[in-house]
Amino acid sequence: MRYIPSSPAERRKLLQVLGLDSIDRLFDTIPEAFRLKRPLDLPPALPEADLVQHLSELSRKNLDPHSSAQFLGAGAYRHFIPAIVDHLISRAEFYSSYTPYQPEFSQGTLQSIFEFQTMICQLTGMDAANASLYDGASALAEGILLAHRAKRRQEILIAGFVHPEYLKVVRTLVTTLGIELKMIPAGESGACDVDRVAGQLTGQTAAVVIQMPNFVGRLEDIAPLAQAAHRAGAVCIVVVNEAVSLGMLEAPGNLGADVVLGEAQSFGVPLSYGGPYLGFMGVRMEYVRELPGRLVGQAKDAQGRDGYVLTLATREQHIRREKATSNICTNQGLCMLAATIFMATLGKQGMRELALQNRSRTEYAKAALIKIPGCKLPYPGPGFNEFVLELPKEAIAVHRQLLGKGIVAGLPLERYFPERKNDLLITVTETNSRNQIDRLAKELKGAL
Amino acid sequence: MSVERIPPKRREGLLFEKSVAGKRGCDVPLWDGPEPEALSPSYLRGEIPGFPELSEREVVRHFTRLSKLNYANDEGLYPLGSCTMKYNPKVNEKIARLEGFGEAHPLLPPEAAQGCLQVMADLERYLCEITGMDAFTLQPAAGAQGEFTGIKMVRAYHESRGNPRQVVLIPDSAHGTNPASAHLCGYRVEQIASDERGCVHLGFLKERMRDDVAVLMLTNPNTLGVFEPEIGEICRVLHQGGGLVYLDGANLNAFVGVARPGDMGVDVMHSNLHKTFSTPHGGGGPGSGPVGVKDTLARFLPVPRVIRDEKGWRLSADFPESIGKVHSFFGNFGMHARAVAYILANGAQGLREIAESAVLNANYLRKRLEGVYHLPYTSPSLHEVIFSDKYLEKHGVKTLDVAKRLMDYGFHPPTIYFPLIVKGALMIEPTESEGIEDLDAFVDAMLRIAEEAAEDPEVVRSAPHTTPVGRLDEAAAARRPVLRWNTDPEKSRPD
Repeated sequence: MRYIPSSPAERRKLLQVLGLDSIDRLFDTIPEAFRLKRPLDLPPALPEADLVQHLSELSRKNLDPHSSAQFLGAGAYRHFIPAIVDHLISRAEFYSSYTPYQPEFSQGTLQSIFEFQTMICQLTGMDAANASLYDGASALAEGILLAHRAKRRQEILIAGFVHPEYLKVVRTLVTTLGIELKMIPAGESGACDVDRVAGQLTGQTAAVVIQMPNFVGRLEDIAPLAQAAHRAGAVCIVVVNEAVSLGMLEAPGNLGADVVLGEAQSFGVPLSYGGPYLGFMGVRMEYVRELPGRLVGQAKDAQGRDGYVLTLATREQHIRREKATSNICTNQGLCMLAATIFMATLGKQGMRELALQNRSRTEYAKAALIKIPGCKLPYPGPGFNEFVLELPKEAIAVHRQLLGKGIVAGLPLERYFPERKNDLLITVTETNSRNQIDRLAKELKGAL
Repeated sequence: MSVERIPPKRREGLLFEKSVAGKRGCDVPLWDGPEPEALSPSYLRGEIPGFPELSEREVVRHFTRLSKLNYANDEGLYPLGSCTMKYNPKVNEKIARLEGFGEAHPLLPPEAAQGCLQVMADLERYLCEITGMDAFTLQPAAGAQGEFTGIKMVRAYHESRGNPRQVVLIPDSAHGTNPASAHLCGYRVEQIASDERGCVHLGFLKERMRDDVAVLMLTNPNTLGVFEPEIGEICRVLHQGGGLVYLDGANLNAFVGVARPGDMGVDVMHSNLHKTFSTPHGGGGPGSGPVGVKDTLARFLPVPRVIRDEKGWRLSADFPESIGKVHSFFGNFGMHARAVAYILANGAQGLREIAESAVLNANYLRKRLEGVYHLPYTSPSLHEVIFSDKYLEKHGVKTLDVAKRLMDYGFHPPTIYFPLIVKGALMIEPTESEGIEDLDAFVDAMLRIAEEAAEDPEVVRSAPHTTPVGRLDEAAAARRPVLRWNTDPEKSRPD
C-alpha cells in the first residue's frame, strides 16, 4: 500500500525483533470467534490516477457551478475566496498538525486562534470569543446551554424568524436537559414583534434568541429586544448566519446583545455541500467562564517572551468530564484559519465594501423581480442580501423549470413552511453579476 | 546529540500590530449597477475598531511565518496517542476541492447534487461493511458529537420501550468526552474501575448491571491500547440486563479489516474519520464522527437520511422516530469525500495492512523502550503503548519534562497524562505511517533522554531549548486571562 512506508522485508524484521512468526500473532488478544475470516467486501484498491478519475466523474454529476447562476443562501453563502486563503491553509504546518496541546510546538496555530478570537470580538462587539464551534446550529445550541447554566432558568424565547435547521438541531441538543423553547412568531413585517416577546418574558426566561438578518432576510431592531430581555434578567442572544453582514451592520454588542454567535462559513470557507463550516461565539466578559470550546490566551515563558496557550481548561471535558461546559473537544481548526486569513485579507475597508456590495446587488435584484407581474415582496422592509419573493403560482414547479435553464432561483420556502407554497427565498452576493440577475428576472418572467 | 542553545527566533507580531491605515489586501468585485438608497443609520456601524489593514503580501508573509512556528505531521513523527496522526494523502485534498464538490450548495435540489449524495451513500455503505454495523449517519461533525448522537439514540430506544433508564456506565480509562456526552443526554454517569490488566472488571460489571443502566460506553481497544478480551461476555451482560453497548471507535484503526465491532455485539458506535480514515487534523479540526447502529436502532438515526428511489439519490426526513438533526446541514461533507478517497485507495487489503503496520510499529516501540521506561500495564498492546515516568522519578524528572525535551530532538511529544488511570502517562501511537528509520530515531531520542535524566536532569527539566518560546506559564495565563488583542490591554481581562 502506497501510504505505508515500511517494506515487506522491514516488516518481517520488526516481527523478528518481537519474536513473532506471523503478523496475525499481533492480534492474539482479539478472540478467535470475532476475527474476520474473509476480506472486507470493498471495491478493489484504486491507483491515484483512477481514484481521481472516479471521483471527478462523481463530482460532475452535481450541477456545474460555472455554467449556472445560483441565488441560494439560507445559511450557506457563495462568496469570493481570495487565492491566498487556500494556499496558506494548505501549508503542511497548519493542515497536518493537531490541537495545540504542546504550545512550544504550536505557536502558529495558537497565535492565529488568538487573532481569530480578536477579530470576532471586533466584528460582534463582544469581549471574548472562543476558537470556533462545529457550525452555526450547534453554536446556537451551545449558546442556549450557556444561558441555561448562567441563569439557572429553563425557558428560551425564540423571537421571530430564526433558521429552521438551527432550531431542529437545538431541539435535538438541548431538550433532554429540560430546556423549553417557546416560539414567538414574527410580526406582519417579517421582523420580530418586540411587544409580543416582552409579553412572554417571565422570571423563568433564560434567554431571548433573535437572528440578524433574520431567516427571511429582514433586519431586526435588536436594542429594544435586548432591553426587554435585560429587564427580565434574561440573556440576549443574537444569531448571525451571514457573517458578511457584520461588515456594515452595527455590532450587536453595541445594541445590547450579551452573546453573539452564528456561522462564519462566509469568511473563506467553500460551500462543500454543507460542511465543514465553522460556528463562532462571542460573549460579554461576565460569561467568559461559561464559554464552551477552546480558548486561547496570552502567556509568558521564563525568559519573559510572549506566547499563546490554550487556557481556562477547567471548563473543559478532559478535566471536568461530565461537569464540563460542553462535550466539545475540538474546534473547526482549519476552517477557522481560513476565516482568519479571509478577514485579514479583506481588512477593515474590504469587509465594509463586501457587505455594501452584497446589499447593492440584492436591492437591484429586488427592484428587477418585483417588476414581474404578479410577484410581490411580502416583507418589503430593510434587509441585507436575502429576501422573500412571492410568486403568483407554486414556487417548486417554477424553481424546477428554471433549474433546467441553469438558474437556481433561490430556495422554495415550502421546504420549511408547508403553507408558503408560492414563496422563494432569494439570495444575492457579490458572486452574482448584473447579467445573472437580469437573466433570473427574464427567465422568471417567462416561467410565470 | 547535544542541543546548543540557539538565539530565539524573532517574534511574529500580531496582525493588529502590523496594521497601517489605508492598506488593503483584496479588491471587492466591481458593481456596475445602481446604488440603492442607504439604510437608516440606526442599522449601520462605524468603522470596525482595530480591524487589521494589510496588503496581500503582508498577510501571506504573516501566516507563512506563523506556520513555521508549528511542528507538522508531514515533517516528522507525531506520536500523539489516541489522536492517530497518520499520513494525510495529498490526493484527498485535491478530491475534496473538485469544483463540483467544493461549490455544491447544501440546499440544491437532489437532481443537482447526485454526485455528493452518492459519495455519502457510498461512505455509509463502506463504513457498514468495515464495522459490521447495519446503518450509518454521517451527520456528526466530530467524535464527541458522534457520542452525543449515539447516546441520544440509546435514550430514544429505551424511551420507546417505556423507560429511558438513568445511568451510563463508563470505564475510568475513557476519554473525557464520554461522560460529558452522556451528561448532555440527561444521564447520570457512573465510572467503573478497571482491573489489574487495565480492562473492564467483568465481575464488577455483572454485579452492577441492573435495569437502571441504559448503556455501557466502551472504548476498544481501550485507551491503554489493550483489546478488551471479554468483549463478547461484556455485551452479553449488558444485553441480558436490557442495556446496550456503545463503542467509542476512536481506536478502530487498530483492527480495521481484522475484526468488526458489529460482530462482537456492539449496538452503536462512532468512528472518527480523522483517525482511522486519514482526514487531516487541521490544527484541531474539522473532524467528522459518523455513527453506526444495528437494525434495532436504525429508526432513531438523525434525519435527513440519504435514500434512493426511482429518480436517484435524495434526502429524506420521513423517519418519525428519528432523534432529529445534529448539524446545520448533513455533516462535514468535505471530510466524507476524503474518507471515501482513502477507502478506495486502500481497498480491503490496504485497510488490513494499516491495522497490521500500526500494531507492529507500536509493539516495536514498546519492545525497544520497555525496561528503560516503566510499563504500568503489561497486557499486550495493539496500536499504542502507554509508559509512565516512574523510573525517572528518582532523578526528579517528570513526564512533562520528557515531552518537552523530545521537541529538542525534533519530535512531537506523545499524549501525556492520559489515560488518567496511569500516573504520569506517556501515550505513544506511532501509526502505520512510520518506517523503521523514523521509529529508530524516536527510540534513540527517548533512550538518550532517559540517560540525560540520570546524568544532567536539569537539561531535561528546563527543556525545550530550541523552540520559538520556552515553557509558558499556563497557570498565570489562566489566572488573568488575556483572550484578545486590544489597544488597551486592561480592557481584555475578565477581572
